Amino acid sequence: MATSDMGDIQVAEHALQHHFADMEQQQETSTFGMWMFLLTEIMFFGGLFCAYLVYRASYYQAFVEGSQKMNIWLGATNTAVLICSSLSMALGVRAAQMGKPKLMAVLLLITIVFGCGFLGIKAVEYHEHWVNHEFPGPNFHFETGDPAHAATDPVHTEIYFSLYWAMTGLHALHMVIGVGLVTWIIIAGLGGAYSRSYFTPVENVGLYWHFVDLVWIYLFPLLYLISKKHGGG
Amino acid sequence: MAKPTDEHFDPMSHVVPVSLYVTIWAALMVFTALTVFAATVELHIFNIVVALLIATIKGTLVVLFFMHLRYSTKLTMVTVVAAIFFLIIMFSLSMTDYLTRAWSTSIH
Repeated sequence: MATSDMGDIQVAEHALQHHFADMEQQQETSTFGMWMFLLTEIMFFGGLFCAYLVYRASYYQAFVEGSQKMNIWLGATNTAVLICSSLSMALGVRAAQMGKPKLMAVLLLITIVFGCGFLGIKAVEYHEHWVNHEFPGPNFHFETGDPAHAATDPVHTEIYFSLYWAMTGLHALHMVIGVGLVTWIIIAGLGGAYSRSYFTPVENVGLYWHFVDLVWIYLFPLLYLISKKHGGG
Repeated sequence: MAKPTDEHFDPMSHVVPVSLYVTIWAALMVFTALTVFAATVELHIFNIVVALLIATIKGTLVVLFFMHLRYSTKLTMVTVVAAIFFLIIMFSLSMTDYLTRAWSTSIH
């Protein structure tokens, strides 16, 4: 224990920046800064959620028909995969708190596996939408059943798919960045960068990962579960 | 001056037990199953209410426990409340515009 404590102290001395009084102040400042960044991220995604709200209110039926093209089981599986990745991430941060870099590396590696699993399933969904001409643009094609009795305009369903691709695409981009960040934490952690008294980057990357999970928690019901009973289905 | 070796400093004195994280994980999985099931039940306008209610419960669990907000400083809590506050302003002001536009066309 004595040697590990010595190591802790050395890492802490190295980690403390000169403009902070002590490690506690530095840690609090860092957490606050990360939350401020997440606040801007919330507003960033919030703009898309607001656009979704406006168009859903205007073209509800078209959104219902668009959402019925979603594979609910793939979406639900992906939700579960992300929740599992958040658990392993939370346990990884906990391992860092306790000064166990190897355990942290294993748990964060599991997080990466779940993260890549999410992206893989998402890629399968994207491919399905692509071959079904459900990508907005010149090749977009949407059958609204019997054209004579069609209640919706395909243009409005195209708006649903524009928002679907934009929101899940931005989310997937955040996942890709997250996988990169977690990889960096694993490498730095195994190199002895963190200790029981200094693991701020681990904590902050954890916050980022959970935030991305949080966005999906809202995306899933809003894009996949609008209504199974309404519309033509 | 700097006291990096301060004995009293424990940046995360709250090392949360593994069982709590697993409980939160289990709750999130149950709520996910529940929201998929709820979507198959015809509740009319309440489908979206139930879906958003479940999503908000799940989000709250993630923020409070996985993101450690429950153990964070008041400053961090204020930051989170500010995010929700400004999000509500953006949604409500936008919708007061869009939802009331039909009135003017019916008047003319």
